[in-house]
Formats: sequence, structure tokens, C-alpha cells
Amino acid sequence: MLTEIVSVLSDYTFQLVALGTGIIGLLSGVIGTYATLRKESLLGDALSHAALPGIGLAFVLIQRKELLFLMMGAIVSGLIATAIVQLITKKTLVKLDSALSLVLSSFFGLGLVVLTAIQNNPNAQQAGLSSFIFGQASAMLSRDVQLIAAVGVILLALVVLFWKEFKCYTFDPMFSRSLGFSSKLIEFLLSMMIVLTIIIGLESVGVILISALLIGPSIAARQWSHRLSSVMVLSGLTGFLSGVIGTLVSSMGENIPTGPVIVVVVSLFVFGSLLFAPKQGLVARRIKKRNKQKQFLKRLNELKEGHS
Amino acid sequence: MSMITEITMIAVVVAIACALPGVFLVLRGVTMVSDAITHTVLLGIVLAFFITQDLNSPLLMIGATLVGVATVWLIETIQRSDLVSNDAAIGIVFPLFFSIAIILITLYAGDVHLDEDAVLMGDLAFAPFRRFDAFGYDLGPQSLWVMSVILVINALFIFFFYKELKITTFDPAFAAALGFTPLIIHYALMTLVSLTAVGAYDSVGSILIVGFMVGPALSGYLLTHSLKKMISITVLMAVINSISGVQLAFLFDTTIAGMIAVVTGGTTLLILVFSPGKGLFKQQLNQKRAHNNLNKRIETLI
Amino acid sequence: MKEDIAIRIDKLTVAYEAQPVLWNISLAFKKGKMTAIVGPNGAGKSSMIKAMLGLVKPVTGEVVYQDKDQQAVSYKELKNRIAYVPQNTSVDWDFPTTVRDVVLMGRYGHLGWFKRPKKADREIAKQMLGKVGLPTFASRQISQLSGGQRQRVFLARALAQEAEVYIMDEPLAGVDMKTERIIMKLLKELVSEGKTVLVVHHDLQTVEDYFDDIVFINQEVIAAGRVEDTFDKQTVKKTYHRDRNLGEGE
Repeated sequence: MLTEIVSVLSDYTFQLVALGTGIIGLLSGVIGTYATLRKESLLGDALSHAALPGIGLAFVLIQRKELLFLMMGAIVSGLIATAIVQLITKKTLVKLDSALSLVLSSFFGLGLVVLTAIQNNPNAQQAGLSSFIFGQASAMLSRDVQLIAAVGVILLALVVLFWKEFKCYTFDPMFSRSLGFSSKLIEFLLSMMIVLTIIIGLESVGVILISALLIGPSIAARQWSHRLSSVMVLSGLTGFLSGVIGTLVSSMGENIPTGPVIVVVVSLFVFGSLLFAPKQGLVARRIKKRNKQKQFLKRLNELKEGHS
Repeated sequence: MSMITEITMIAVVVAIACALPGVFLVLRGVTMVSDAITHTVLLGIVLAFFITQDLNSPLLMIGATLVGVATVWLIETIQRSDLVSNDAAIGIVFPLFFSIAIILITLYAGDVHLDEDAVLMGDLAFAPFRRFDAFGYDLGPQSLWVMSVILVINALFIFFFYKELKITTFDPAFAAALGFTPLIIHYALMTLVSLTAVGAYDSVGSILIVGFMVGPALSGYLLTHSLKKMISITVLMAVINSISGVQLAFLFDTTIAGMIAVVTGGTTLLILVFSPGKGLFKQQLNQKRAHNNLNKRIETLI
Repeated sequence: MKEDIAIRIDKLTVAYEAQPVLWNISLAFKKGKMTAIVGPNGAGKSSMIKAMLGLVKPVTGEVVYQDKDQQAVSYKELKNRIAYVPQNTSVDWDFPTTVRDVVLMGRYGHLGWFKRPKKADREIAKQMLGKVGLPTFASRQISQLSGGQRQRVFLARALAQEAEVYIMDEPLAGVDMKTERIIMKLLKELVSEGKTVLVVHHDLQTVEDYFDDIVFINQEVIAAGRVEDTFDKQTVKKTYHRDRNLGEGE
């Protein structure tokens, strides 16, 4: 077992893929913190599903599996989907959840229609296009990792640069506006950053599960701290570890899909934190509640005895 | 019967069966919970398959349905704990179940006749090949039978519990005071959603089911102010979407379920924009009119 | 004067997660009277109503209703004789339903599970809608009504329950003058017919005009009795300027 791990760890492909999924996890953790704080967790889910037709159509246009172009297609269709969701919820009586479900399934349906059409017109390059649905981390090339790293540096730089503004805006948009920050610009930047984070994770984790990576780490981190900066650092770390561990586990066996394994690892962090975090964790709360109950019952008994 | 007729019939039955519970999912604002259910019943199907070794076993359907109901329970328990927001609770539960299902499917792909693509996207085109034989007679496609039964169950549920569904959705506090336990109605509805998802996954695929549930119901919601009419319009839209989806899919030689999802999205968006009562245009117009009125009143003031 | 009591609350304690919101409350609401329930936010008024309606289970104590023969019965046994108007905010106003339908819901309790409303039920609903001054609104969609009109529809629904006891959670919150007049007139009518009316009320200025009895609550009963005996500045002050946490002891 141990030698197996060592041999996997020293494998170049593994190192490359683990680096890639690690960075994706890190970014999802950091940027996802904004998404969950803004209570937009499921918007990411709709957005990632909506990226599929963009990927397909981009391929139809250039007839090559060039990651950069496919990602641009994904961004376009993801943004269109987001715009539709926001238009529906802001301007009609339709609730957010209905808008999300509708957009999610119809865009995904469109994605399947486009992918089927591509498969029906064979082209040597088409192979592996449908891997975007579940993600295929092992297909990651070194220039893909470079691209991911480059996007990552830009996103992290933006987080540092606009730290104060983003913090203020996620906490209280109205207050932020009253301070004179352009809310449109901040809103756009934040949405764009969330979209980019999702898009760079699509190839390895897939459209269906990437939202879990966006939500999970920040939810786990939130249980351990109330400060945005520490939540973000913890969340980034959780995401990074999930990416690396997930890749490691899936490299150990044959035919174990990386994306789902990463999600399972993230989920372990999430449920572990929900249960065992000090103070507000469910176990800690249980104990606190029991003590409180004891006191409460004692007082209740006193009350009864006093009356009788 | 020709294959396209059979496929159309299955598509229509699936669409109506999904759309009926969808009416109340939309009204209650829990469509994303149903999206979670459609993902997690897959785990139920896989686990039950390991035990029964038969994809068509009723036991498998019951087991998978129970996993769907368990999903609802888990999501709501996490929501009640107040540790995470309501939507995040949904977002952390279903990917886990779904991931485990996918891992199991790929790990045992050789032994299990479950194809991950088929599970996800469904394959209406192959539905007519799975026949239902009884006493040596061919009684038509199996999924047509299964989904017809589910459709009837859903319709009967709404028929018999119409009053209860209505009042627990509109005013749960009042309903509870009258003695109509909202929790029972809620879980009954969610059980039917799970059952429908289990029945429909092999023809529609787990991800598109939610579109079948939400789209037509949303169209109905946008077009009328009466619950009964909303249900009728929902059924009508389900029929229109599924028939035209099948036709278009054959025309372009592509995935049928996917095409129905696209058509559903398209018709719903059209209604969303142009609905005479609650549409986007009408709302804008109303706003403008209110604005003009206000301006006029201000002018007369001055 | 024991036969005058409609509802008796006996040593009721309600707690959420071992955090008491009502502590050892004992009260009696008189039959044929209009009683105001007054107290600051978080004083446990809604919890008390919920306990009275069997919607939360009390930790200790009980709520007892008197039926026609003056027998003590639980809420469950008498629930069709009790009408409840929840807070305006707990309802989905975009729900696709008409005013007539909402009023008809008042008959649902009498029907029980499965059964559909009959012609007689529709007649009652129509009549009650007339009483609250909205007969022409029957086929309107509820979202098209103003706040005051919505509250009147809710009152019509409660009237359609044809109950003996009416429990209303802030029926006058945010309504217009006309609605307030109509609601109070109808409630007075009910009282004169010998019905019992309990109202969670916020506007202390109108207490003396509207109510017979008053109950001041802030986790415990501060005072209860006839308005002219009980309603004074000191009691109001005592009720609203009291800040202690029952869970952690004195």
C-alpha cells in the first residue's frame, strides 16, 4: 500500500494532474466563499450545467479540442444562462429555484443535443468531448495546467486587490453602494470570477460536480471561523487538499473517476466540519443542549415543587 | 406500432407524469430539492441493483425511491441546523450521493449493466427495445407501462389530496391548525417525486427530469391565476413539448430527451416573456404605466 | 362565575431547544369577550397561540377549551369550533388562487381529509365575503388585493369556519383605516353573539376602545384582567421594559 502510494506520488502524470486539481480546488475554495456568502450556491450549479452547450458549439466552430477556445465558449453560454436567471428572478414573479432548474436542464439538454450532433459527424478530434460532463483529470496536459495556474494567479490577485470592496459588498451591498463603490463593477467582477473558477474546473471535475467543489470547501471552513480572511484561507486549503487527495485516490486504482472522488473528499471535510467543529458543530451543540436541558429541567422541577 | 409512435407515447407519458408533481414543486419553491432527488435516486438504483441484480425489479424502484426521500430528510435536517444556508444544504448533499453512485458504476462497470451515459442522459430511442412480455404476449415497451402506472399514481394523488395540497402550499400555518399535517403532505409529494425520478431516469436521464418537472408547471403558473387551470395548462404544455421534442430529435437525428428539454426551455421562456398576465413585457408595461400615472399626478400637483 | 371561561391555560411552559419562551403561564379567557394579547416582540405571544392551536408541544402544562356542555376538552376535539387567522406574512400571495377560493378554505376543517367543498360551503363563503365588504372581489386573484383587503379576506375565511373561538395573530398590522373599522365591527358582532375573540394587538392607543379584557405577556403573564382595571401606564412599562432571560435563571 505504502509503496504504491510512493510510486504514484513520484509519477510525473500524477504530479501534473494533482497540481492542476489542487489549484482548481484552491481557487474554488477561495472564490466559492463569495458565492456561498452571497447565498448563490446553486447559481454555480446552473452555470456549470449551462457551460456544456458553449463547449460543444465552440468545438463546432473551430473543430479542435483547444481548451482555451472551449473555455471561452463555456464562459459565453454560462454568462447567458446567468443573465437569463437574473432577468427572470428580478423582473417576474418566478422564484429563483424554478429559474435555476429550468435554465439548468434546458441548457444541459442543449449541450447534449450539440454533443450528439458532433458525435454523429465523426471527426478525429471529437474524442473525449463528452468527458466534460464528468470531467477527466487524467487528460490534463501541462499547458492546461499552465492555463489554470495563470487564471488562478489573476483571480487571487483580484481577491487581494479588491479585498475591502468585495468584503463590504458581499456583506452589505447597500452599505457598500453608500460608500461610493460602483456596485455594478463589483457585481460584474465577482460574477466573472465565479464563472472563471467554474470553467477552469470543468475539464477535470465536469459540469455536474464542479458546483460541489465551489460550495463544499467554504461551507466546511465557515464552521471553524467567523472571520472572512481565515474562512477564505481554510477554504482554499480544504479545496487544495481535496483536489490532491482525490487525484491520489483515483490514481491508485484503475478506472476510478477523479471528479467524483474529489467531491467525496470535499464532502468528508464538509460533514466532518458540520459534526465536529468546536462551539457550533452538531456534536458540540448536542452536548451544550443537554447541559442546558438539565438546568432547564431542574428549574422546572423547582417550579413544580414550589406549587405543590 | 411504429417505433416513433411508441417513442412519442413514452415521451408524452413521462412528460405528464413529471409535470404533475412539478406544479406543486414550483408553487412551494422546492424545485432544486427535486433536482437533488433526481441525482440521488441514482445511488439508490445502483445500491439496489447490487442486491436485486435486476434493473426492473419493483424492489429496486422502492429502494431507490427511499433514497430520494432520505435525501429530502438529510437536506432539511441540515437546513434546520442553521449552520448553512438553505441552497447550500442542497448543494452539499446531492453531489456526494451522486459521486458515490458514479464511482460505483465505473468501478463495477464490467459487472453492472448500467451505463453512466445512459443514466445521465437517458435514452428514449432505446426504450421501445425493452419489451413487456406477459404470458408470451408482447404488451408494448416496458417503460410505457412503468411510467403509465406512475402517471396514474401521481394523478390520483393530486385528485384525492387536491384540497390538502392546496392549503398546505398556500398557508401552512392555517393548514396545520385545521389538522392537515403539512409534513405528511410534503413527504408524500416528495416520495412521488422520487418514484417518478426512478421511473423516468432510463428514458430521460437524471439531469433532465427536473426540466420536465419545472418547465410545463412554470408555463401554467405564468398563464393563469387559477390552480385548476394551471394544472390543465401544465399537462397541455407537457404534451406539446414532448411531441414536438420527439419530432425535432428525429429531424436532427439527436438525443430525444435532450431535445425535449430544449423545447421545454424554449416554450417556457417564450411564455415568460409574452404571457399576457405575468409576462416580462406585461410587467414592464405595467411599471411604465404606473410611472406615467405618477408623473401626471406630480404634474397636476405642481 | 366559572361558566364564563372559554379557554384555560394551565401552567404552560414552552421552550425551543431548552430555551424557554413562555414560562409557567396560567390564564383564563372569558367566553363572549374580546381579549387583547399585548407584549413586545419575542415575548412569546405567537408561541402561546401556537401552543393553543396544538402546533407546538408544551414542555409542561396544558390548554383546555370548554365545549358547549362546559366540558373541558383539548384543542383536537374542538378544532372545528376554533378559527385561526395567521400573520399576513406567513402566506404565499402569488399563489394562483382566487379570493373566493381562499374564503372557501375556511370550510376545509369541517370537511376533513378527502372530501370536497359542497354547495352549502360555497354559499357560506359567499356570504362571509359579503360581510367583509368584498362581494365583488370573489373572482379576483389574491395578489391583486391591497394589504387591507387581504386581511379582510382572511377574516372572511375565519368567519366561514363558523367557530366559537376566534384567534387572530395581528389582524390589524399594516391595514388601512377602512379595513380596521370593518374588522373591528365584525369582531364586535361576533362577541355580541357570545363568541370568544382573542387578538394579538400592537397598537396600545386603541386598546381601550376595542377590547373588554387584556393580557400582558412577556414570557410570563405580567397582568391580566378587564381593560379598565388592568390597562395602565405602569403595567405597560413593566411589560415592555423587562429584559431578562428565563433560561439562565434570575
